[in-house]
Amino acid sequence: MTRNGPIALIFHSLVVLFMLAPLAIVCLVAFTPENTLSLPTRGLSLRWFEAVFRHPDFVQSFWNSLWLALLSATLAVVLAVPAALAITRWEFRGRGFLNALFLSPLIIPHLVLGVAMLRLFALVGATGSFGWLVAAHIVIVTPYVMRLLIAAITGFDRSVEQAAYSLGASEATVFRRVTLPMILPGVTGGWLIAFINSFDELTMSIFITSPSTVTLPVRMYMYATESIDPMMAAVSAIIVGITAVAVLLLDRVYGLDRILVGQH
Amino acid sequence: MSAAPARLPTPLILSAPAALLFGALILTPLVLTALLSFNEFEHATGRTHGFTVAHYAAVLSDSYYLEIFLRTFRVAALATAICVVIGVPEAYILSRMRNPWRSVFLLVVLAPLLVSVVVRAFGWSMLLGPEGPVNAVLMALGFGRMRLLYNEGTVIVALVHVMLPFMVIPVWTSLQKLDPAVEQAALSFGASRATAIVRVVAPQILPGILSGSLIVFGLSASAFAIPGLLGGRRLKMVATIVYDQYLSDLNWPMGAAVAVLLLAANLIVMLTYHRVVEGHYRRRLG
Amino acid sequence: MSFLELKDITKSYGTLNAVSDVTLSVEKGEFVSLLGPSGCGKTTTLQMIAGFVEPTSGTIRLDGRDITHAKANSRGLGIVFQSYALFPHMTVFDNVSFGLEMQRVPKSDRRPRVEEALELVHLAAYAGRYPRELSGGQRQRVALARAIVIRPPVLLLDEPLSNLDAKLREAMQFELRDIQRKVGTTTVMVTHDQAEAFSISDRVVVMESGRITQIDQPYRIYEHPETEFISRFVGKTNLLPGTVQAVNDRAATVSLGGVPVEIDAGALVRGDTVTLCIRPEKLRLTGTGLGRLPGRVAERYFLGSQWLYHIDGPLGTLMAVTPNDGSAPLDTGEPVGLDWTPSVVRVHRGRLAEAPDPTLEAH
Ligand SMILES: Nc1ncnc2c1ncn2[C@@H]1O[C@H](COP(=O)(O)OP(=O)(O)OP(=O)(O)O)[C@@H](O)[C@H]1O
Ligand SMILES: [Mg+2]
Repeated sequence: MTRNGPIALIFHSLVVLFMLAPLAIVCLVAFTPENTLSLPTRGLSLRWFEAVFRHPDFVQSFWNSLWLALLSATLAVVLAVPAALAITRWEFRGRGFLNALFLSPLIIPHLVLGVAMLRLFALVGATGSFGWLVAAHIVIVTPYVMRLLIAAITGFDRSVEQAAYSLGASEATVFRRVTLPMILPGVTGGWLIAFINSFDELTMSIFITSPSTVTLPVRMYMYATESIDPMMAAVSAIIVGITAVAVLLLDRVYGLDRILVGQH
Repeated sequence: MSAAPARLPTPLILSAPAALLFGALILTPLVLTALLSFNEFEHATGRTHGFTVAHYAAVLSDSYYLEIFLRTFRVAALATAICVVIGVPEAYILSRMRNPWRSVFLLVVLAPLLVSVVVRAFGWSMLLGPEGPVNAVLMALGFGRMRLLYNEGTVIVALVHVMLPFMVIPVWTSLQKLDPAVEQAALSFGASRATAIVRVVAPQILPGILSGSLIVFGLSASAFAIPGLLGGRRLKMVATIVYDQYLSDLNWPMGAAVAVLLLAANLIVMLTYHRVVEGHYRRRLG
Repeated sequence: MSFLELKDITKSYGTLNAVSDVTLSVEKGEFVSLLGPSGCGKTTTLQMIAGFVEPTSGTIRLDGRDITHAKANSRGLGIVFQSYALFPHMTVFDNVSFGLEMQRVPKSDRRPRVEEALELVHLAAYAGRYPRELSGGQRQRVALARAIVIRPPVLLLDEPLSNLDAKLREAMQFELRDIQRKVGTTTVMVTHDQAEAFSISDRVVVMESGRITQIDQPYRIYEHPETEFISRFVGKTNLLPGTVQAVNDRAATVSLGGVPVEIDAGALVRGDTVTLCIRPEKLRLTGTGLGRLPGRVAERYFLGSQWLYHIDGPLGTLMAVTPNDGSAPLDTGEPVGLDWTPSVVRVHRGRLAEAPDPTLEAH
């Protein structure tokens, strides 16, 4: 492999700076002791983090988002595993349609999904219901899980399962003892990416949350359009921190490049 | 090797739960919204009923809406172009790095994708704000304080930040598939580095660039948080007027019509792409 | 009645008959190989015995019991896959023990049986490793141990050695035969490597586009191939098209493009179109002017234990193989005589066909 030249490296450094600058400034400003958005030039302070934890709306939204992401990621995996098996393992009528349907939330703008679900929820009287919010989030994170699962299932050698059958294992045993352990990296990777996507989702959620179910991104959006103070930076820094942890976990269990490269 | 003998419609049983959910929460609401967009809207009572194409007529003839659609596509197109100009070389540079740098920088470039877009928009508003570091640098260089927020430029810059990973990923993927020996072969025939890149590398990653452009364009055209937070009150884009129609004006049929048009535009672009790219390049490049 | 019986087994995929009318009886303790070119239906046949593919028609009996539609996990057969198909997330020990666990063998009995099986394949020291920590040959032996530990009535092997390098492969061939003898398991092996089939099987089944064309002992397949296709597929051969010119009670004269050649008569009649097959090692190189035909060395190849010559002569270019006995080989351009014993010439009716028709059976 040839090395990159100096121009390439300068270009690359600028890109890296560009990508990291907004995140870096958010994290720095979060530690400001001042009352206004400013860089912490006169020492560091945790007062804005404290403010966040004392702000009941942010705290409630944080828990909303956390539960929402945990539930929707888990249920998405539960739904996606059998569906992905069906799509990869069988030839049947409607297979192409189902495949397209399960991946469709990737190409339908979340804005459109948001207004569409708002309409549905209004008609069935589900506006503001946390359960329906979870269902909506399952729908938008399932494609990410499906993609990883389909890759994981098609990537492995069927004869391993046949070997287990030939040794007398029942279908349930083969699934539990052989198939599931072998697609486990795909399942965990899919769960994590679903969790992150659900936790971050703004555009659809803004239409279908009610005051009691407002998620953290929606709360932050509302807050940012109304007032700007360093508390916003502190919440943002917390989110950057959570995401960083999740990213490192993802990298551990699955390899981040594999997930992201399989994501678009 | 055949799958298990299909005595029962096992695959249908397996996919039924997901299919039902998607039917209920994707297909039904989309159909309902399409229907809603043809309802009349009574401003006085907020009731919706009857059948009309007035909302579509309004969007397609009213210069207010046309301007917003044009602005949206202009912004999305510019963001896409800039993503190509930055993302393609960056993906190429990344692919030529050695590990561990390669993994580290791939992470640095791609991971922001996973940070909430609200956080990133907020970061840009601080960077470009009147007291922000960018203005500080400009002042130090003697340009004076500039008004950097609440214009198309800001929105584009932030969109590029949000979308760049979506460009890098497919280009990176096609670069990974590319056999490095092919570029070396071109060099061995006496081609210059530039010629090798233009004649040998570029054609092979073109599908990746197209696929990335498409994703970036689609996501930019329907982006909501960035114009919402960085465009201010006057700089409306399609997503923000849908939001206004739904949540401020409560004119749902009008909002639905705009949303349906946005979805239609998105699908047309996607399907055209599939026709053109899948047909043409997949055959040639396997 | 034979131990394993396939009767008129056919498998169609749409209009394609992957396997047609396969009838085969395997005796208890026998080692039978299915040999044939790629795509001829060997794997499909094996998978039908294993229960992974359902036959379109026909019956499979094991020890008198009809298992045609029995589920794969109720047949109790031992299978070694081409890809080994080891469970990647289990240790060697757990891989081998899995089948016993499925048979609900008590834990205390499993350990000695697993150890015994690993002993047999010389892997006792590797019980704690994961498959990815093993070499190709070791993985292959784990797969074998996993299959035989359940003491299957029949062992099915799908190209078990094809992923190994030549040397290891040869070693494994003998080891496989050795283990099979010790355990005495009836074995059906799929291979497209004739040397492998010949060296370890009791009988070889030659398949060609979904059909069985010959079932015989390895030696007989080589010496008496029943079709011209087999003689070409199995070993090297010289194929010479000709016409029968004269027949008397013991010998026939065949004209090979004007050159008359004497052969054993068989059931030939005058005017028959035939193809003569002569194995290269059956051609003797003699001094000039001697033998049945004159020739000239066009090319020579060193094969280690043998020399392979291409000899130009009145019948075109023929291959001849002589043992490398240490003496100086012939030079290219050197004139030679070609000789053979009439009884080594095999005769097939009909002309060389590009895609040989399996119904064109001679004798
Ligand atoms: N599931 C299937 N669907 C359709 N055709 C199939 C299927 N499985 C096998 N075939 C076809 O049946 C024929 C026999 O295949 P099979 O796998 O038995 O060949 P083989 O003799 O094992 O070849 P190889 O030596 O290459 O492994 C081939 O033409 C193959 O394409
Ligand atoms: Mg095969």
